[in-house]
Amino acid sequence: MQTRDALLELLLRLGDDCLILGHRVSEWCGHAPILEEDMALPNMGLDLIGQARTLYTYAGEVEGKGRGEDDLAYLRTDREYRNLLLVERPNGDFAHTMLRQLYFAAFMEPYWRKMCASKDETLAGIAGKAVKEMAYHIRHAGEWVIRMGDGTEESARRMADAVDALSIYIDELFQTDDVTDTLVAAGIAPDPSGLRAEWDRTIDMVFTEARLKLPDVSYPQTGGRSGLHGEELGHLLSELQYMQRTYPGMKW
Amino acid sequence: MTAEAPTKDTPLWEVFIRPRNGLAHRHCGSVHAADEVLALQAARDVYTRRGEGVSIWVVPSNAITASDPLNKDENFEPTASKIYRHPTFYEIPEEVGNM
Repeated sequence: MQTRDALLELLLRLGDDCLILGHRVSEWCGHAPILEEDMALPNMGLDLIGQARTLYTYAGEVEGKGRGEDDLAYLRTDREYRNLLLVERPNGDFAHTMLRQLYFAAFMEPYWRKMCASKDETLAGIAGKAVKEMAYHIRHAGEWVIRMGDGTEESARRMADAVDALSIYIDELFQTDDVTDTLVAAGIAPDPSGLRAEWDRTIDMVFTEARLKLPDVSYPQTGGRSGLHGEELGHLLSELQYMQRTYPGMKW
Repeated sequence: MTAEAPTKDTPLWEVFIRPRNGLAHRHCGSVHAADEVLALQAARDVYTRRGEGVSIWVVPSNAITASDPLNKDENFEPTASKIYRHPTFYEIPEEVGNM
């Protein structure tokens, strides 16, 4: 596989992860349980959407066909999206949202940290900013997971339900293929499979305090990286892309 | 957001932010939170979104002892007639600049 093709594919994967999770988190705006959280969630959403923008812009440059961030975000179909299944999962209750955030950030923080040493200067630059944002997401989501897991009977039940529902999407985080292998060999991107031990440690630290347990997953769900998504992504995109689809080329 | 904020489980905290090194923390508002860790997080999320600070303090609101507004006259009125406490009777040398 050509390094350039692999780089473009990786940028779309990372950009899609950030955009889709950023959009999901932004859906809480105006609906959070308390005002403080109603500001914290959009803050986190904006961190992710900011990362998506720089990744898409760079993807457009690497591709060299004149596509920019808006084209990549608004004019691709669900099958062209390369995001993890985890990030497109619906918000569910507050427990689901916080656990999804923790799972993702606990992976991305070490990922970006290693990416800071990338031979690709643009990616290293993006990583340097993103790693701090992800460190805060771990802390914010982790503290909530602890309080809900070790909270009331109801919050503990909801937290345990979230663990049951979302743990089948963990394995996909660490998947490798031609794209990741090519970029690891070129010194451009870290090997996702090498981050499992650190992810396990982070989750274990939170789960011990939260009195939660990671279940054994017999049938992990994958497919997002090759464009096979749940139907929920289609609904998300129909809302996200509505304006550009209805008024093509609209700017404001 | 729900109409009733659960204030019993999430008491009020006063938030103080230091805008830059060398300046004092200044009171900037309050947040509701279950404990001090979440209060710090909430303060960060609500009050430092535009680069307002380099350090945050949170203090339980009920730990603050306030003066009684009814005592305003006896507390503060007597100083009104003691203008000699203001440093306005000195000539400040020009080299000192603004004080």
